[in-house]
Amino acid sequence: MTTLAARRAEIPLWLTVLAGTILWLVAWFLALPLSTWIAFDVLGLDPASQLGQAVAFFLFDVPKVLLLLTGIVTLVSFLRSFVSPERVRSALAGRNAVIGTVAAAGFGIITPFCSCSAVPLFIGFVEAGVPLGVTFAFLVASPMVNEVAIVLLWGLVGPTITIAYVLAGLAVAIMAGLIIGRMRMERYVEDYVWTIRAGSAAIDFRPTMGDRVRDAWRATIEIIRRVWPYVVAGIAIGAFIHGFVPTELVVKIGGEDNPLAVPALVALGVPLYGNAAGTVPIIDALIGKGLPIGSALAFMMAITALSFPEMVILRRVMKPRLLATFVAIVAAGIMVIGYLFNAVT
Amino acid sequence: MKKIEVLGSGCNNCIRLEKNAREAVAAAGIEAEITKVTDYAEIMSYGIMSTPGLVIDGKVVSYGRVPSADDIKVWLGE
Repeated sequence: MTTLAARRAEIPLWLTVLAGTILWLVAWFLALPLSTWIAFDVLGLDPASQLGQAVAFFLFDVPKVLLLLTGIVTLVSFLRSFVSPERVRSALAGRNAVIGTVAAAGFGIITPFCSCSAVPLFIGFVEAGVPLGVTFAFLVASPMVNEVAIVLLWGLVGPTITIAYVLAGLAVAIMAGLIIGRMRMERYVEDYVWTIRAGSAAIDFRPTMGDRVRDAWRATIEIIRRVWPYVVAGIAIGAFIHGFVPTELVVKIGGEDNPLAVPALVALGVPLYGNAAGTVPIIDALIGKGLPIGSALAFMMAITALSFPEMVILRRVMKPRLLATFVAIVAAGIMVIGYLFNAVT
Repeated sequence: MKKIEVLGSGCNNCIRLEKNAREAVAAAGIEAEITKVTDYAEIMSYGIMSTPGLVIDGKVVSYGRVPSADDIKVWLGE
């Protein structure tokens, strides 16, 4: 253990990063030829057959998505170590409501946020004088527009949908923030929140470059370890839908002729929380089979933004009425986006 | 006798941090009392929002990341 740590310390940081980048690039460019070779030469499947197509698709998509996740998540985690919620808070305190709400939604994209830190964030923001609406804009945008969802959408479904998703997510967050800010719901925040006196800000730490890179890599390993089974399962189900589910069925159930499709997909998205990794490949396959873009977006947003565990955690700082308002406004916003995109595409 | 506090609501990161702190204490061969602080009001009283946080003898030494056992060992020596 000690010898390993000592040896690792001797390798300069830039060399480790360079070696990692080269390895990544080699793997990236080998994925396609390797997957076709395995599917058609090793397994001897017919490239023209449906099964051959599905297997090649699966063998290529799994390494592609995992590589994309590894690369982007490491990069984002590294950049993120420069933007702490403590700093975002001081940037947001005492701003004009509209500018603050828009800024909070934007900050939501770049700042880390897992449901376990929702409560300290909420208390910290409110206590520092960040208006309630601005705090909510942040709470909505942060989990919804996250790098894992963006990477998966970009890599599997394509850039157009990804950009639509990010903009729609920001729109919902800003709208929810503005409405909640306007409703003056401060009295529905649990009373003890107002009595908490936060200590003066802790010392602003400056981790070294090496710390930042190491932390980023560790965070990435953690995320990949958690999501890879869902990615593999999702892509397998997607490949199955791709090959065997009839288009008419998808269009009939999820198409624009079924007005209940959007709310049904939003409701279905709530228990699927945290499974963006597994659902994006399925959504991709369903879009290929004629699921309208609006329905797909609404489904995806409900998965990331509305989660049952997060509601349970937030209940500790919000009275039921505020929590219900929050969920209702976000759900309504997502549905508006769904219907809107279904109508224009 | 050092007093170490791990601040956090009990998610994976907090558990990893506590494990690293125990390793650091064992490696440094010192006596220390490790406690977990899960009460939000108390966590906030240290002025941090991003968990997990690590406090040694009443002083915040890290927050928002999981420092390694080696890092913690250095802080314990200070």
